[in-house]
Amino acid sequence: MAEEVVLMKGNEAIAHAAIRCGADGYFGYPITPQSEVLETLAEEKPWETTGMVVLQAESEVAAINMVYGAAATGKMVLTSSSSPGVSLKQEGISYIAGAELPCLIVNVMRGGPGLGTIQPSQADYFQSTKGGGHGDYRLIVLAPSSVQEMADFVGLAFNLAFKYRNPAMILADGVIGQMMEKVVLPPFRPRRTEEEIIAQCPWAANGRKKGRKPNIITSLELDPVIMEQRNIHLQAKYKEIEKNEVRCEEIQCEDAEYLIVAFGSCARIAMKAIEIAREQGIKVGLLRPITLWPFPYDEIELLSHHIKGILVLELNAGQMIEDVRLAVQNNIKIVHSGRMGGIVPDPDEVVDDLKEKLMK
Amino acid sequence: MKEEIIISGFGGQGVLSMGKILAYSGLMEGKEVTWMPAYGPEQRGGTANVTIIVSDERISSPILSRYDTAIILNQPSLEKFESKIKPGGTLIYDGYGIIEPPTRKDINIYRIDAMDAATEMNNTKAFNMIVLGGLLKLHPIVSIESVLKGLRKTLPERHHHLIPMNEAAIRKGMEIIRPHE
Repeated sequence: MAEEVVLMKGNEAIAHAAIRCGADGYFGYPITPQSEVLETLAEEKPWETTGMVVLQAESEVAAINMVYGAAATGKMVLTSSSSPGVSLKQEGISYIAGAELPCLIVNVMRGGPGLGTIQPSQADYFQSTKGGGHGDYRLIVLAPSSVQEMADFVGLAFNLAFKYRNPAMILADGVIGQMMEKVVLPPFRPRRTEEEIIAQCPWAANGRKKGRKPNIITSLELDPVIMEQRNIHLQAKYKEIEKNEVRCEEIQCEDAEYLIVAFGSCARIAMKAIEIAREQGIKVGLLRPITLWPFPYDEIELLSHHIKGILVLELNAGQMIEDVRLAVQNNIKIVHSGRMGGIVPDPDEVVDDLKEKLMK
Repeated sequence: MKEEIIISGFGGQGVLSMGKILAYSGLMEGKEVTWMPAYGPEQRGGTANVTIIVSDERISSPILSRYDTAIILNQPSLEKFESKIKPGGTLIYDGYGIIEPPTRKDINIYRIDAMDAATEMNNTKAFNMIVLGGLLKLHPIVSIESVLKGLRKTLPERHHHLIPMNEAAIRKGMEIIRPHE
C-alpha cells in the first residue's frame, strides 16, 4: 500500500502515532496548547479498534500515577500535557525514573513561570534535561521540529524507553503542537500480546507464574547501602545512553564561520534566518540537537574548532546555552538569542542578533 | 514555487479555515505546506491570523518576518501587516473591513468586496471562499480543482452538498477582485 500523506497538527500526529505504535494506554488532562492530543484520541476511539485505553484523569497528578501503575505491568503507555501540567507530574516522573519504568511523557511547552501564557516557549529545557523532580535521574528527551517528527518520535521514544527501562519525553512547544504540516504516519503495529509483554519485560509486575520470583516495582529503599547501589546502577545506565543515543542534525555546517544551535521550533526559525544571512554573504550553519538529553556535546565541540562564534537560539532566557558552554573547550564567543513568555522571534530578529551580538 | 501568505481578520471570519483549505489544496498537488495559526486569545474574539506557506521545496520556518501576500480582513490587521509585505508583494483587502486604506506604493494592492458579495449571495458564510477566489485569480498557487478535491476530502459527507456553493463563491471572488484605486 502506498504511503498516505496527510495534513495535521503536531498534537494530532502524536495521538495517531500512539495508536499506530500499538500503545496500550493514554492518561491525560487537557491543557492548551496540547489539548488536541486527548481530543484526537477521543475522536479516534482506539478502545474500539486496538483496545488502547484512553482516559481523561481527574488531574495531571492522577494521570502520571496511572502511567506509573500501567508501566509497572509492562504496558506501553503515555501521557501529555503542557508546562504547568508537566510541573504537576514531576513527582510521578521521579518515581517512574527511580523504579526504572518505560513510558512516554509529551510536553507541548507554553510560556511560564507559573500559569504563564498559552503561547509557545522552550523554558522547560532545564526541567526536562536536568531533573524537574527530585533525585539523580535522567529522562531521554527528544525535541521534534516538525509535525513529521512529532509522529516519528512517538515510536522512537517508546523504543528507547523500553530498551533502557527509562521514561522518555517528547519536548515540543506550542508552535510544533499547533501547526499543520504534511505527515506520513507510521504503519499500524498491533499491540503486544500478554505473552509478548512477559517475554519483553521479565521485570514487570503482571501476575506471577509458578516458579518465578515476585517482581517488585518500587523506588523506595530504606537501606542507604542498597540505595547507593541503585544509584550507581542508574548512573551506569545513563552513561550507556549517553554513549549510544545522541542524535543531532547539522545543516550547512561544512563552510560555516558561525553556528546557530537551536532545537524544536527555533531550529525551523534558524533555518530561515540562515537562508536570509547567506543571501547577505554570512556563512552560518545550524546544529540542531534532536536529543536534548543525551546532549550532543562532542558534536558541538568538534564544530567549535572551525567557527568564530555560536548563537544559541531558544525561547527562554538562556538555558541550553549552558550545555553549549559546557561543550565548547576553546574561548570562541557564545551568545544567546531568544524571546520569553510566549513571544516567538521572527527570522529577521535572529539575523539582527547574529550581526549585533555575535559578529560585532 | 514558494508562496508565503498571511491571512488576518476577526475571529469568526473563517480566517483559519480559509488557510486550511489552501493548505489542503497544496497537499492535493503534492506541494510542501505549513499552516501556523495564532492560537492565542485572538481566536476568542480579537484578531485571528494564520501563516500559510506553499512550496515545491522543504519549508524552513513556519514563523515569518515578511510575506509575499497578505490577505487583510480588518483594520487592526492592516496596521499590523501592511509593513511586513515584501516589496513587489501583494495585499488583498476586504472593502467592508477597512476604513483607512493601505498606502504603500511598492506593493500591488487589490480590493475585494467579499462581505458585500456574500451578503448579495445571501450567504455570509461564503465570505472566506470569495476571498480565496480573489487570491487564486491573482496567484494561481493551486487550481480550483484541487480546492474542491480538498473540500471533498476534508468535509464530512453530509456537507458535500455545500461544495457547489463553495465553488460558486470562489468564482465570484475571481470575478470581483480589482486593483485598489
